[in-house]
Amino acid sequence: MSEQEILLSVKDLKIEGRSDETWNPIINGASFDLRKGEVLGMIGESGAGKSTVGLASMGFTRDGCRISGGSVVFDGIDLVTADAATKRSLLGKRIAYVAQSAAASFNPAHRIIDQHTEAPTQHGVYSKSESEEDAMDLYNRLRLPNPEEIGFRYPHQVSGGQLQRAMTAMAMSCRPDLIIFDEPTTALDVTTQIEVLASIRDIVEQFNTAAIYITHDLAVVAQMADRIKVLLRGDEVEESETRSMLSNPKEEYTKSLWAVRSFQRDLKAPVAINSTPVVSVQNVSAAYGKVPVLHDISFDIHPGRTVAVVGESGSGKSTAARCITGLLPPTKGVIQFDGENLPLDYRQRNRGQLRQAQMIYQMADTALNPRKKIGEIIGRPVEFYMGLKGAEKRKRVEQLLEQIELEPSQYIDRLPSELSGGQKQRVGIARSLAAEPKFIICDEVTSALDQLVAEGILRLLADLQDTLGLSYMFITHDLATVKSIADEVVVMKEGKVIEQGPKVEMFQPPHHPYTDLLLSSVPEMDPDWLTNLLDERGVDNIGDAASAKI
Amino acid sequence: MFPLEPTFFNIVVTLIGYGLALAGAGFLFRLVGRKVTNNKPYFRDMPGGVAIGFAIGAFAIAWVVYTYIQAQLAEGPAANKYFFFLVAVHGIIIFAVAAYIFRFLGRLIGTEGTKKAFRQMPVTAAFGIMIIVLYAIVSIFAGVIAPYGQEEIVGNANVVPGGDPAMGGDPAYLLGTDQIGRDILSRLIYGAQNTVGIAFVTTCLAFLIGTTFGFLAAVKGGWMDQICSRTVDALMAIPQLIFALLLMTIATAWAGTNNVLVMVYMVIIIAVLDSTRVFRLSRAVGINIVVMDYIEAAKLRGETLPYLIFKEILPNAYAPLLAEFGLRFCFVFLTIASLSFLGIGIKPPLADWGTMVRDLSGFLNYAQFLPLNAALPLMAAGAIALLTVGVNFLVDWMLHRSSGLKE
Repeated sequence: MSEQEILLSVKDLKIEGRSDETWNPIINGASFDLRKGEVLGMIGESGAGKSTVGLASMGFTRDGCRISGGSVVFDGIDLVTADAATKRSLLGKRIAYVAQSAAASFNPAHRIIDQHTEAPTQHGVYSKSESEEDAMDLYNRLRLPNPEEIGFRYPHQVSGGQLQRAMTAMAMSCRPDLIIFDEPTTALDVTTQIEVLASIRDIVEQFNTAAIYITHDLAVVAQMADRIKVLLRGDEVEESETRSMLSNPKEEYTKSLWAVRSFQRDLKAPVAINSTPVVSVQNVSAAYGKVPVLHDISFDIHPGRTVAVVGESGSGKSTAARCITGLLPPTKGVIQFDGENLPLDYRQRNRGQLRQAQMIYQMADTALNPRKKIGEIIGRPVEFYMGLKGAEKRKRVEQLLEQIELEPSQYIDRLPSELSGGQKQRVGIARSLAAEPKFIICDEVTSALDQLVAEGILRLLADLQDTLGLSYMFITHDLATVKSIADEVVVMKEGKVIEQGPKVEMFQPPHHPYTDLLLSSVPEMDPDWLTNLLDERGVDNIGDAASAKI
Repeated sequence: MFPLEPTFFNIVVTLIGYGLALAGAGFLFRLVGRKVTNNKPYFRDMPGGVAIGFAIGAFAIAWVVYTYIQAQLAEGPAANKYFFFLVAVHGIIIFAVAAYIFRFLGRLIGTEGTKKAFRQMPVTAAFGIMIIVLYAIVSIFAGVIAPYGQEEIVGNANVVPGGDPAMGGDPAYLLGTDQIGRDILSRLIYGAQNTVGIAFVTTCLAFLIGTTFGFLAAVKGGWMDQICSRTVDALMAIPQLIFALLLMTIATAWAGTNNVLVMVYMVIIIAVLDSTRVFRLSRAVGINIVVMDYIEAAKLRGETLPYLIFKEILPNAYAPLLAEFGLRFCFVFLTIASLSFLGIGIKPPLADWGTMVRDLSGFLNYAQFLPLNAALPLMAAGAIALLTVGVNFLVDWMLHRSSGLKE
């Protein structure tokens, strides 16, 4: 690889962003070289500046940002000082970009193939019909089902994983020398992620394209990159070959990133046979309008236990939670709380019943009213359920803030927008604790957070369970989270419970075939993992899995 | 402007000639800019349209300066045709300087929050705030400021404005008197109180009705939403001014000679008709807020409907509603003025700008000989226009801020 010529050379790149009427540094000097056909992985927490560096590699900055120093030399042209016409002739043709959310990046009003052919015809690389033929060829290489036909659909008519691959094909349409992938698989399920990863890796190899792969998932970057660069708050931490980086990280920060997944709870004794479950879901079926979503599901959650509900998106995990809370009354079945039947509709439940079951949401941004102060958000359930007012209420709110490890005097008068993602999620936890419930539903509470922050939230939830004796229903698609926090596991697919039991049993063979697929799809830190897995499954298998998803 | 005989052909040729000259000037400007600044990105990446825009702007400024010099040089009857031009130029300069000073003062005086707001605002927004404050002061203290009462007949009818006895004016009545001898300046000042006050009350009522039903439709959905939305559709299907005229005719018949009752009916009619627009906005905003997780959390807590609407939804809808309030206020204000102009709004002898425009509109005929007299109906109209422009400038800035855009 090293004898290839250098394609992109970034030297001492500095970027500033404008806020509060001053320019503040975002990137304090990033440097790297990229050779032809090489893949550079770029990792770091959110806010580390990964995407900013990625975009700046195309000579582009977001609104309100500017490149204040350094150079980005692509094939002899400095993109920082190049004029607009030169950049236009390069972008899309020789440098392409794949965004995180393909669903948000495609124009929903045009067919996929019309968007695909736009760049090649604009740049005069191909005629429209040549480009369409080429698109079908690319769809085939990316193992999309029905490559002849799929391009003529609209973006909403294909699945998320397929759309992400269509976007990769679009980036490939002019056979660029460099592609920047900005978290292309973050929004996908583990089973879909594998398909996208494998096809991206293949196509980059086939055309000897250089790539910058931005992600926060170490296991993913280990599969894709030749070299890895670690960023922290706009500073470079270290950069080296993938294998040496994985086996022998030098800096403390990198080591802490590597060690994140080590959190593991102690095993608990098996549930006593005659114990009454806190929540018991019995033979529940539910439907949105006339579309059935849940088919006869049953599971129990015992006091002081964590039941993890896992499955892909669309498997009915969150719908099960909506049935328990009463937002979606089941069409059939019973939901019991402490052995008593609950009214199925939340409007018919009394305050005591509502208080006992609380919920923590995935997106803390939308779960907290942006116009209310933290003290008001947590104070409302205290006042509403406990009837505390004035100084008593404030005291209780301060107590709750201490419980979630936020300094009360500092945070009580802030607005949610003045908090970080992890802190917002903690406030969400405090709001549900304020009701003094027995049972909390955690709906993907860590999936929007960075790994280090997510681990802190998991530890907090575990501590709270130990001190307050709470029961959790933990909805997630991340099996690493399941491994660290769950006592029991329920696997769901297409609205049915496929398998359930204690965690220890679930993670040991024999598995149900679907559980096996889920477990084996979780990326591991071993750089050879994807290659081995693909060999094991056979490439055709993945194509089948993709076509089965339509 | 046309050096040739004004035939159709010549006009077309002249226009094309001007266009080409402007385009040439624009490209020349960009070329010189590139040479002088040694290819700075600003000139290097400037689109042709922007360059031509600069040329057009320069041409417009040059024309204004040329005409201004002409106006200063003209004397006697020849100066009359430049009267309104001069008023416009002086008005814009005075208001711009005043707004600039107002913003400067705002940055020095007040709390940290207001100082910061004044530091960030463009001068147009400062102008808007200044105008609104000015109107508020005038309408609240109309009784103190105005030299005479609004219904008071103080002297001879049709005294010429200007206060110059040689021209037939009277220094006691700066803007002269109207056809039955009331002081026009006092009536303009009282008009602020009547027109602005009634418009404000009407807008508030429209918002009370519109937001309540809009949020109710958003939260409840289903049949509640259907009933409210279809009623609003039906109301909106009829042209607003025509509908208002129709209803006002009926209301006037009901109220008989009771002028206060007519005004109450007018406020209610305009408020209901305008609340349909408010309803649509608040329903659309409300629907986006209702799907948020914090609303779900509040519902699951067992909160009541009023709490949901006023404590959870309303605070998040302030920005678009406030912006709409500004715009809606202008429309209500114009509707009232139009109704008064048509003779069925605010009843005389109460002073009102719409009525004043109609009553004084005869003076427009004297524009060539007595431009100051002709300006009288335009003063009432200008008072309406100034407030509308000011409110819109302020609303633009608020929308800009709430949408989180950066310049």
